[in-house]
Amino acid sequence: MAAPGPLATRVAQLAEVPFADSLGDEVYFPIRERYLEVAGALRRADFDSCSDLCAVDYLTHLARPLPDGVTPERFEVVVNLLSRREASRVRLRVMVPEHDPVCPSLFSVYPGSENMEREAYDLMGIRFAGHPDPSRILMPEDWEGHPLRRDYGMGRVPVQFKGAPGPR
Amino acid sequence: MPVWESWNGLESLRHNFLTGKLEDFVKWSRRSSMWPATFGLACCAIEMMAAGGAEYDMSRFGMEVFRSSPRQADLMIVAGRVSQKMAPVLRQVYDQMVEPKWVISMGVCASTGGMFNNYAIVQGVDELVPVDVYAPGCPPSPNTLLHAILTLHEKVRTGEILRRRAASGSGAGVDLAAAPGWTPPLATPVHLGTPR
Amino acid sequence: MNAERPDAPPGDDRVTLGADEALRTRLIEATDEGAQELAPVDETSPVELAIEQGGVLRLPESETLDPDVADAAFGAGETMILNVGPQHPSTHGVLRMMVELQGETILRSKPVIGYLHTGMEKTGEGLTYVQGATNVTRMDYFSPLPNELVYSLAVEKLLGVEIPPRATWIRMLMCELNRISSHVMWAATNGMDLASTTMMIFGLRERDLVLQFFEKVTGLRMNHNYIRPGGVAADLPDGWEDDVEAVVDTVGARLRDYDNLLTRQPIFRERTEGVGVVSPELLLALSATGPILRAAGVPWDLRRSMPYLAYDEVDFDVIVGRAGDCFDRYAVRLNEVRESIRIVRQILDKMPSGDYRTQDKKVTPPPRARIDESMEALIHHFKLFTRGIEPPEGEVYVAVESPRGELGCYLVSDGSNRPMRMHIRAPSFVNLQSVPALLQGGLIADMIAILSSVDPVLGEVDR
Repeated sequence: MAAPGPLATRVAQLAEVPFADSLGDEVYFPIRERYLEVAGALRRADFDSCSDLCAVDYLTHLARPLPDGVTPERFEVVVNLLSRREASRVRLRVMVPEHDPVCPSLFSVYPGSENMEREAYDLMGIRFAGHPDPSRILMPEDWEGHPLRRDYGMGRVPVQFKGAPGPR
Repeated sequence: MPVWESWNGLESLRHNFLTGKLEDFVKWSRRSSMWPATFGLACCAIEMMAAGGAEYDMSRFGMEVFRSSPRQADLMIVAGRVSQKMAPVLRQVYDQMVEPKWVISMGVCASTGGMFNNYAIVQGVDELVPVDVYAPGCPPSPNTLLHAILTLHEKVRTGEILRRRAASGSGAGVDLAAAPGWTPPLATPVHLGTPR
Repeated sequence: MNAERPDAPPGDDRVTLGADEALRTRLIEATDEGAQELAPVDETSPVELAIEQGGVLRLPESETLDPDVADAAFGAGETMILNVGPQHPSTHGVLRMMVELQGETILRSKPVIGYLHTGMEKTGEGLTYVQGATNVTRMDYFSPLPNELVYSLAVEKLLGVEIPPRATWIRMLMCELNRISSHVMWAATNGMDLASTTMMIFGLRERDLVLQFFEKVTGLRMNHNYIRPGGVAADLPDGWEDDVEAVVDTVGARLRDYDNLLTRQPIFRERTEGVGVVSPELLLALSATGPILRAAGVPWDLRRSMPYLAYDEVDFDVIVGRAGDCFDRYAVRLNEVRESIRIVRQILDKMPSGDYRTQDKKVTPPPRARIDESMEALIHHFKLFTRGIEPPEGEVYVAVESPRGELGCYLVSDGSNRPMRMHIRAPSFVNLQSVPALLQGGLIADMIAILSSVDPVLGEVDR
């Protein structure tokens, strides 16, 4: 397996987590079952704030560059954590399969991820187990479908005299 | 000679009356204090607020009072993009407004959906409410909004409004053509020169 | 059925935390009746307090007071769920609040958003990288230039291009002027919400000065599409130094008007002092950033702590409040205007000469005059505006300090000319999570003051 990342010296739980350097950012790839454990450990290691949590759909780009030991899945939950004391960031990318789009909720570790997880559920369809309010946040409550998925159309209305066809 | 010394009824009061048709006075009062409802949605709302500010000053047209209650408002300036979730709210606010009421669709997102031709935005607020004036721009500068407002005032002044409502069936349901002695106004186009 | 907890009720598919016993036993799942006792409040960390306190009303959006029972008399202990609908007098956009009231006291609340959802992240996937700034700029419409900046920085990081120093300094100048116009406009709408219409006129007046300068430089008053990947769209016009100096001199002098009108005024102080206070630890746990965090005493500003552009070469102070109430949030923003004016004056002195965009012809188009002379220039222009830039595969997260907090862009490229995923981390979206905590225990009359001091811009909340 590839060499562990720089944070693994400080955070024991990161020792066996695959690591990649993405244009200068530290990125770790914990599996779903160890995701909360890793997040909790990072929180105790002074990463006191969750800057961002989003979901990505790799339907059209499944063969993306990943480190050894990471099985590509259709969805990814990407979490950006921030340590104010060190003024540094770390990124976690959790693979979520298409047939079982469930991921543990980060709410218990970072309450600030509540709205972000609701948005990921609303627009991408990933359910967060343990989330206190798993309901849609941006679309109307009775909307069907998850608009940000790559197989959900743009919903364009045909416009007269528009010569060039749209991208999809 | 003092007025009370030779009181001759109405003939003594020479300079204190304006006379005109009732219809003209009604239209003058309607367009001189047409109060907008607060319906700013997105970026256009900021330019609408700027139009109400000191530099562009809607107050000279009697319009600086934005009424939050639709019952007290005459004009709904739909300023911004209308999302699917907001569409029923928009219709409800429009229905709560009392006749006579007008709608200005401000900005390209309200007029046609603008640059957002996708699942989330209603492609033109005229799918929901009847629109009187469309103001293009992204966002239209306060000057453009004022031009749209003055166009609307001109339409009110020439009575265009009554004809359109009678034809489309929307509005207060007053059927002028059925009233005895009513002649339709001349079918002249609205010229936007100096507004009255 | 939950395989890990077979005695859980059906539908309860919460997973346990695994090996971390200490964390698991202090979580809300373990505080059912008959199980663990709650630790005393002073021994409980803010994270757990946020979970336990329950300032958030977790009800479906349709559960508000039925108008048919609105006339029912409410007893002393009964609560009422009031809807402050998306159309309301407050000038802060289409935000809906569901508030649980006991008399006039707010117990719990829930901000309901989505009324301005535009599908901008989906639209961004359909636009090329050259067109992307037009889409992103319309998210936070009070300060469009930082949106464009963060998108352009993310694209440039993916591409690995260096942009010339003059472009960097022009970007910094425009973003700081936008910070001035945004904070001044916030002061206007905040004053309006607290019923000071004069403040609205003052703020709009100052904002208009800045917007007139923007119109001179970018062609538009708002939503400029000026900061693009590779640099900026056009150079600053001749005489810009005099214009900028006139703007900052006028705005700086008029800040005294704001002090006379609001800062020393007893009514304003009574309405904002002590209102909407919450601990900085709770704000950090809820991922709040920007003036609301700095007003609570946390000196976190990305321009100082994780500098981007050329912020490490200019001198400015990070404004930090003490009490974290509405007045402090107002004071922080007003003083940030003064600091931005200070930065702009330094930029006036230090602006380097040179190119205003990178010369890499695969990224920025050639000057229009060259198209007549050179076939290669014509081809580059054509390819850029039809096909666009094609950054290599990769993913990047870049963050800047917008007037509302940390504005981030997570961009994933699959090697084609359109982003595979463009996610914008909007500061107001995250700051809205703090609103239930800020409102809890206060009066309904304070709700507008607190909401206004959080400064949500619904365009970026809903995207």
